[in-house]
Amino acid sequence: MTALPAFAATVPDSGDTAWLLAASALVLLMAPGLALFYGGMVRSKSVLNMIMMTFGALAVIVIVWVLVGYSLAFGDDLGAGLLGDPFQHFGLSDLMAAGDSAVPTILFAVFQGLFCVITGALISGAIADRARFGAWLVYVAVWTVVVYAPVAHWIFDFSAGEHVGGWMANRVGVLDFAGGTAVEICSGASALALAIVLGPRLGFGRDAMRPHNLTLVMLGAGLLWFGWFGFNAGSALGANQSAAVVFAATLVAGAAGTLGWLSVERLRDGHATSLGAASGMVAGLVAITPSCGSLSPIGAIVMGAVAGGICAWAVGLKYTFGYDDSLDVVGVHMVGGIVGTLGIGLIATAAAPTGVDGLLYGGGADQLGKQTIGVGAVLVYSFVISGIIGLIVDKAMGFRIDGEHEVSGIDLIVHAETAYDLHATAGARSSGSGLFGGLHSGDHRDEEDE
Amino acid sequence: MKLVTAVIKPHKWEDVRQALETSGVTGMTVSEVSGYGRQKGHTEVYRGAEYDISLVPKVRIEIVVDDADADAIVTTILGAAQTGRIGDGKVWVSPVETVVRVRTGDRDEAAI
Repeated sequence: MTALPAFAATVPDSGDTAWLLAASALVLLMAPGLALFYGGMVRSKSVLNMIMMTFGALAVIVIVWVLVGYSLAFGDDLGAGLLGDPFQHFGLSDLMAAGDSAVPTILFAVFQGLFCVITGALISGAIADRARFGAWLVYVAVWTVVVYAPVAHWIFDFSAGEHVGGWMANRVGVLDFAGGTAVEICSGASALALAIVLGPRLGFGRDAMRPHNLTLVMLGAGLLWFGWFGFNAGSALGANQSAAVVFAATLVAGAAGTLGWLSVERLRDGHATSLGAASGMVAGLVAITPSCGSLSPIGAIVMGAVAGGICAWAVGLKYTFGYDDSLDVVGVHMVGGIVGTLGIGLIATAAAPTGVDGLLYGGGADQLGKQTIGVGAVLVYSFVISGIIGLIVDKAMGFRIDGEHEVSGIDLIVHAETAYDLHATAGARSSGSGLFGGLHSGDHRDEEDE
Repeated sequence: MKLVTAVIKPHKWEDVRQALETSGVTGMTVSEVSGYGRQKGHTEVYRGAEYDISLVPKVRIEIVVDDADADAIVTTILGAAQTGRIGDGKVWVSPVETVVRVRTGDRDEAAI
């Protein structure tokens, strides 16, 4: 992320604005992409709930962001570089009129809100098959205010003119172009805490919980990559050279990540798998998210490949430590985010848009130290606060569904729906329309707990 | 009357169907099933986690025949379904008390 470019006239730059409009729509597309990526990875009895956790997070976060989240993240700093003024841009009402920046500030607010959507939705992968939908929505609303908005303020809010931003970006000088800390490490560490609070799925480590539809996973992964160009290149906040360099890095790292993960699989397990290809691609993209503005294309190859390889190994940690991070949010996003954010300190080149040399380019260990501070702060803060929110929600309303319902399938009990009707003999019959035929909406109404 | 039930490898199903048709069998019920015997299952690996998948896909064929034809049909199925490798499946014959054709109400031999 860079600071919003100032512009003399009150008319926005049409090229920059057009690109950020398109980039915002691309980032939104990552939400259904993620929903399919995750949905294909769970068993058929819980695919709808998996998809709904993303769509639910999308709806809730957008509203919370417009009301208060954007102000907390990008309002004038309250003092210590920790938090913005929560009431400065309430409802974005003050951003209706054109300002003095090349891109309308209200568009910047929307673009940033969609980052929060993806970060929140990512967390749901750690609690597949077992979370009450209402509890998830409450968690994600509170998390937006208490976890994401402050972290986004720290790293994404640049001081400019009268405006004072967050401590990591301005006082320390941590480099994070598109969200290795605020998006990837934040989602991964939040997910780890929540997975521990909820506990493992029934049968974790014993039952074969294999993906029910890998074609959905591949489609979702493809949509994620497509959307990621908006995520990373959009973070240049303009249609310019920086955006183009970042775009190239995003392409290269996804390809290298795929090959990195597949190489580990081929050597270790004997086969290159489709799930491995999708996962490696995502791991490469995760690592390039913070570093896309700091590397050469060759650096992006190294970054993607290393992240693909390390994440292929890291997804096994949950079996060693016994936490059920169901769809590997920790192993891919937290670990990949750390690799990408720290990697800047090693292989950044001053020829890239952020203009800093890393350790291996003769820049010394200075930047690596700054990056380590950023990683540590976001890791610890996200983990602790997410865990506390999870515990409070669990005490107040119960975060998990009944064991019996978890085994029979969360889709039916929470949403009163079945994802796939593949058999004409399933015995379904209408019990009258909801509008005119009375209130019978299905045989499972009595057991409904939502 | 006898019920001949065969559980065979899915890729031998078309061979068995042709052999039965050639030998004069005019109808059968076929279903896709899964199970395991001495063949056991196979392993699959997802993100490095290895799963033993115990159930193997099979095709089940059911044919109701006259007592006199049962042995010949079993021989026909064996001839077409055998690969000699583990997992070829099984064929068994069981007695049937009554058969009724739904359309006409014909009973027993007339309904076959």
